[in-house]
Amino acid sequence: MKKSFEFKEGLKAGIPIAVGYLPIAITFGLMTKAAGIPSYVGILMSLVLYAGASQFVGINLLVLGAASWEIVLTTFILNLRHFLMSASLSQSLKPDSSKTFLPLASFGITDETFTVASLNSKDKLDVYYLLGLNIIAYGAWNIGTWFGLFLASGLPQSLKDSMGIALYAMFLGLLIPSAAKSKSVLIIALTAAAIHALIKWLPMFNALSAGWSIIISTIIAAALGAYLYPQEENQDA
Amino acid sequence: MLKYIVLIAAMGLVTYLPRMLPIVFLNGVTLTARLKTFLGFIPFAALGALIFPGVFSSTGDTVSALYGLAAVIALSMAKLNLIIVVTGGIAAVYLYQILIL
Repeated sequence: MKKSFEFKEGLKAGIPIAVGYLPIAITFGLMTKAAGIPSYVGILMSLVLYAGASQFVGINLLVLGAASWEIVLTTFILNLRHFLMSASLSQSLKPDSSKTFLPLASFGITDETFTVASLNSKDKLDVYYLLGLNIIAYGAWNIGTWFGLFLASGLPQSLKDSMGIALYAMFLGLLIPSAAKSKSVLIIALTAAAIHALIKWLPMFNALSAGWSIIISTIIAAALGAYLYPQEENQDA
Repeated sequence: MLKYIVLIAAMGLVTYLPRMLPIVFLNGVTLTARLKTFLGFIPFAALGALIFPGVFSSTGDTVSALYGLAAVIALSMAKLNLIIVVTGGIAAVYLYQILIL
């Protein structure tokens, strides 16, 4: 069966994401509990938002007593980068993808599932692959949240710190082979990294939130790429 | 309790819409060549911005992150499976923390 094959491939491709999500989700659960926020808030956030950074920020703002509209606006800006990722995926997916499953599969778009899906595929992406990828990543995120909330201290600190590198290792493991093969990929990734570092380090950009700085660096670098390497329009990203 | 539920629902909505709208409305639509190239480069640009400079503060201290980074770069250059790259990176940071730190 083609569908179940794609689904299983997605599950397999999601294992490194799951490894990276567990410690972060455990930390999220622990932090929610430590902040004195009811456990069901943490559980619901992981179920409904499923967006790491904005969940941490959300809990933080709740503790600080921020207004609800402020929390919602911050969440929106922080997660707006997924708009770009979703637009990019719309073109790398098979053009006749099921309109029933796309709204469901799109719920699972994160920095990690997006980059794995975009770089791991040789052909056009299948929506069942995306579903498999999402399920394992979403499962790990939610299991980790419960673990942090109810099994107290969770993992030893040194192991948790070490696992902090997991998602970065995955990002690099995805990027390096592509960058070694293609000069345009290397230039684009380095440009985005440089712009992001400038935004982070220059005091004049301090007011920019994490969400905006990733969006701005990504757009500028990808636009520069499209300007410098327009001939690569058919390259399967 | 109601306050929290309404808040999380609103946060969920503003998170879901940017994820859902482009993929649902642009899938199967023919875009200009230039726009397609731009969208095709988004993953690589996003990876650059996601990795740097965040990786340096990923493990609690910069030196252990650098050890992990070195291990990850070496393993990726050797074109090893992603799971090996990830476990190798974790192991490098862990060993540094228990042996050297």
